[in-house]
Amino acid sequence: MALTFFRGIKTCPLVHYPSAYFARKNGFFYCTTGSTETQFATQEKQQSGDSKVVPKTYRKSPDKLLKDYEAIIGIETHVQLNTSTKAFCGCPYSYGAQPNTSICPVCMGLPGALPVLNSKVVEYAVKLGLALNCKLSMDSKFDRKQYFYPDLPKAYQISQFDVPIAIGGYIDIDLPVEFGGGHRKFGITRVHMEEDAGKLLHTGTGNYSQVDLNRAGVPLLEIVSEPDMRTGIEAAEYAAELQRVVRYLGVSNGNMQEGSLRCDVNISIRPIGQQEFGTKVEIKNLNSFSSVSRAIDFEISRQVQLHSQGQADQIVQETRLWEEGAQKTITMRKKEGLSDYRYFPEPDIPGVTLSEEYVDGIRSSLPELPEIKRRRYENMGLSMQDVLFLANDINVAEFFDATIANAADVKLAANWIMGDIAAYMKNEKLSISEIKLTPLELGELIASIKGGTISGKIGKEILFELMAKGGTVQGLIKEKDLVQIVDRSEIEKMVDKVLADNPEQLKQYRGGKTKLQGYFAGQVMKASKGKANPKLLNQILLEKLNTET
Amino acid sequence: MLSSIQNPRLLRLSTLHQIPLRCLQTSTTPVPTPSSPQPTSQILRIRKSLLSRETTAVEIAKTFLSRLRRTEPQLKSFLYVSPEDGVLKQAEEIDRRIQNNEELGPLAGVLAGVKDNICTSDMPSTAGSKILENYTPPYDATAVKKLRENGAIIVGKTNLDEFGMGSTTEASGYQVTANPWDLSRVPGGSSGGSAAAVSAQQCAVSLGTDTGGSVRQPASFCGVVGLKPTYGRVSRYGLVAYASSLDVIGCLGSSVADTGIVLQAVSGHDKFDATSSKQGIPNFASQFIPKDYLDSKPLKGLRVGVIRETLVDGVDPDVISSLQRSVSHLEDLGCTISEVSFPSFSLGLPAYYILASSESSSNLARYDGVRFGNQVFADELSTLYGDSRAEGFGSEVKLRILMGTYALSAGYYDAYYKRAQQVRTLVQKSFRAALEENDVLISPAAPSVAYKIGEKKNDPLAMYAGDIMTVNVNLAGLPALVLPCGFVEEGSSVLPVGLQMIGAAFDEESLLKIGHIFEQTLQGYSFVPPLVGDDF
Repeated sequence: MALTFFRGIKTCPLVHYPSAYFARKNGFFYCTTGSTETQFATQEKQQSGDSKVVPKTYRKSPDKLLKDYEAIIGIETHVQLNTSTKAFCGCPYSYGAQPNTSICPVCMGLPGALPVLNSKVVEYAVKLGLALNCKLSMDSKFDRKQYFYPDLPKAYQISQFDVPIAIGGYIDIDLPVEFGGGHRKFGITRVHMEEDAGKLLHTGTGNYSQVDLNRAGVPLLEIVSEPDMRTGIEAAEYAAELQRVVRYLGVSNGNMQEGSLRCDVNISIRPIGQQEFGTKVEIKNLNSFSSVSRAIDFEISRQVQLHSQGQADQIVQETRLWEEGAQKTITMRKKEGLSDYRYFPEPDIPGVTLSEEYVDGIRSSLPELPEIKRRRYENMGLSMQDVLFLANDINVAEFFDATIANAADVKLAANWIMGDIAAYMKNEKLSISEIKLTPLELGELIASIKGGTISGKIGKEILFELMAKGGTVQGLIKEKDLVQIVDRSEIEKMVDKVLADNPEQLKQYRGGKTKLQGYFAGQVMKASKGKANPKLLNQILLEKLNTET
Repeated sequence: MLSSIQNPRLLRLSTLHQIPLRCLQTSTTPVPTPSSPQPTSQILRIRKSLLSRETTAVEIAKTFLSRLRRTEPQLKSFLYVSPEDGVLKQAEEIDRRIQNNEELGPLAGVLAGVKDNICTSDMPSTAGSKILENYTPPYDATAVKKLRENGAIIVGKTNLDEFGMGSTTEASGYQVTANPWDLSRVPGGSSGGSAAAVSAQQCAVSLGTDTGGSVRQPASFCGVVGLKPTYGRVSRYGLVAYASSLDVIGCLGSSVADTGIVLQAVSGHDKFDATSSKQGIPNFASQFIPKDYLDSKPLKGLRVGVIRETLVDGVDPDVISSLQRSVSHLEDLGCTISEVSFPSFSLGLPAYYILASSESSSNLARYDGVRFGNQVFADELSTLYGDSRAEGFGSEVKLRILMGTYALSAGYYDAYYKRAQQVRTLVQKSFRAALEENDVLISPAAPSVAYKIGEKKNDPLAMYAGDIMTVNVNLAGLPALVLPCGFVEEGSSVLPVGLQMIGAAFDEESLLKIGHIFEQTLQGYSFVPPLVGDDF
């Protein structure tokens, strides 16, 4: 099949650079020629959100069989940093921009251009290293990782090889309650700085591909875990916790759909009790936490089945792709020996030396991290369900913290946030920072209810007004005349009037139909326009009902 | 005026001073050399004649351009020459500024050649490679930008060995430059075009690049002054990388002062080059004391170390003689001469070739035919890469990419790259120690004078051996100045010999000062090649 390779313009000295074109052959750049797996049924499709992990059981693999095996799972995560410019040049990066509009001689790898390290990248790497309890390399350096690919303009990636900026840390996670809960600690092997590559755009019908270099040179942190995870859920939670950490730190938006957080999973199985590891398989194309979990569970089943059928030799070292549609992993490329990246120290970038003061400065500016927050919430007496919900999103957690900072009741604040406020945010598709309600007013609202100024029912009404339009609790109470009636004589007057207006029902009540108490209470509340203190109302009502005049 | 080669005033020089050097062989053959007054700064002369309204920038430009047109068919020093109207327009602008008494840059009206591996936004920049044929970068290298800001007029792009890999310009993807002193000989390389252009006065000064001697060796072969600054003194931004940790942009001129003035213009930290230094830049021009103001021992107390390992078997005896005469001359100027030994000296050459090849294998990987330069049609990606590179690169480049790829391969890294780095550290230490005991070190710039075109083309090892004098300096990142110090007669040709002075890191100042005095007091030589003729 003869195909032509061509480009728009060979060279262009103007501001706008041409995108480069070249041909591909039947998805040439991805060797995804189709599944080689026929012995496995596809899993039923499950849709679930980004943050929720759905368990799955594999139909053809009875739990009994799985129990004899142990899976060894390690994850390599790439986190795209949200620095205002790229790692080695002054180009900004924004996801979804027009192709080749955010490029310069440096990130295009033009002859003579040189990389200059963005100091923010080091700062973010140190932040993450500290947050992951790592030991920092006070003297680290960059290396070149060399391979040819059209999305890699210099034909080498500036990365860190033998001296990564951070090594030997760990991350704490709390498994979701619905999966049995429990606390885990997973080791972090290393964190290193590197640059992202560009993107290939494969035209659907054309016989060529195009290169978009907008993403080339965007800073990444690669986080390599120890092979400490054993299940899909653990792996997904590890990834979710990493996302939480980078979001708490503000170093990345951690968005998996946009590729700001990418997970490659390494997985092998071995019979329980066996010391040596099985053959490792890598899984790519995991675009959500649920796909991490499901892909791993699928892969465990696949490998266990092969192993148990005496076909362990068919588990080969390879890279497999997770197919979201088919809910299975398929072979992407077999590893033909170890690839030799010919790493050597990057001569264009001087070594990175950290000073104690620099590190201390960053350490003292770290926010309260998810794990610490969860333990603090736990110590406040909140349930694990509440703890996980509140600490999941830094903005929610900050809202909660700000609310209780004003001496609001902890449990009530949690309930309001997780109940009506969360529901409202979900319905209106708003984040907590987008609603008009402030933590101060939520605290005020809770205090007003607790102090009896307004009823819970009115509190709810005010809440929606506050979320939609803003304003203050005091202002709304005044404006709408919503102050609870706690004056005994005033309520007595209303009760008397209701009893007088309903002689028939009163007669029935006194005749033994005591459940009519609710009717009277409703009438009195209606007369008070909902403002009567319910406790007081009932007390007075009972007294009057049971007192013959 | 200088067309006849006359017997020089050799009497003084032939009374050779016996110095404790091995291989002391005195050449008794009187070398015929032209005689002339001392070399003067072209830049200062141009400036003076402009400010005094003696002539105009347009006139000066025309003179250079006409000489360039006349000599270029024989020399082939340029890969690209700026259109005449463009050059004259820039000259007119300078004349206009003079008319209006506006401020003039230090290089106003100075025609400069730029080696073609240095990016220019208005001229192709091919690095002498077919893989970049017709490639014009979208930006000026920092050094070029600074030249322009200082008033220089870029007259064209000079020939080189492809990507700077070579010592003769024979490895250029386009043409072989001839030596103005003998057209059948090489001008040296890789900055052979830049050296030949200055030597033949096709331009007043030029920029070259020096990775292992590529400014200094051609300066020596062509009888011009070549300055290799300290690594980091001049920004590499826009220098098409060969070996990033060794590459330096250097200056070529017909006098020491000219190279100093050009260095002044192009030096300095650049935010686009993380390896460029923030070291302060001294006023290099203040070093140039006019000859009439020098006392009889102007270099009194200066400690000069002669590197013993550069005067051994394999080095042309005539070159050694020239060096010895230079030593006598320095002694006459008041210097204290001693001999310095570098046990690691010979290790520098293999270490250099491993490191430079390794880095080049990586730096040249970007020429893959995808985004710019030569692209070969192919129906598979690996074929696109392979064919584009096979067609675009010359054999010397391929040889070095292969060597470098091998040296960096898994299993070989420790034996080659890592060991070469250890040698590099050793070389750096040796230089540091030697420069603690001496103010400058001297050696020949090359083991021979310019050789015949084709003579070493098929013997890469012999060619590489020619770099023995210069590569150690790059490994150590030190500054070095090469200036003509004598002549050697080869058949009917008279060929210049270069003296290399090596200084401490960021001490170009001393080199320029000593070099200037040496040059101003050297009697009996004129380093203007016969080719230039009477019009200069």
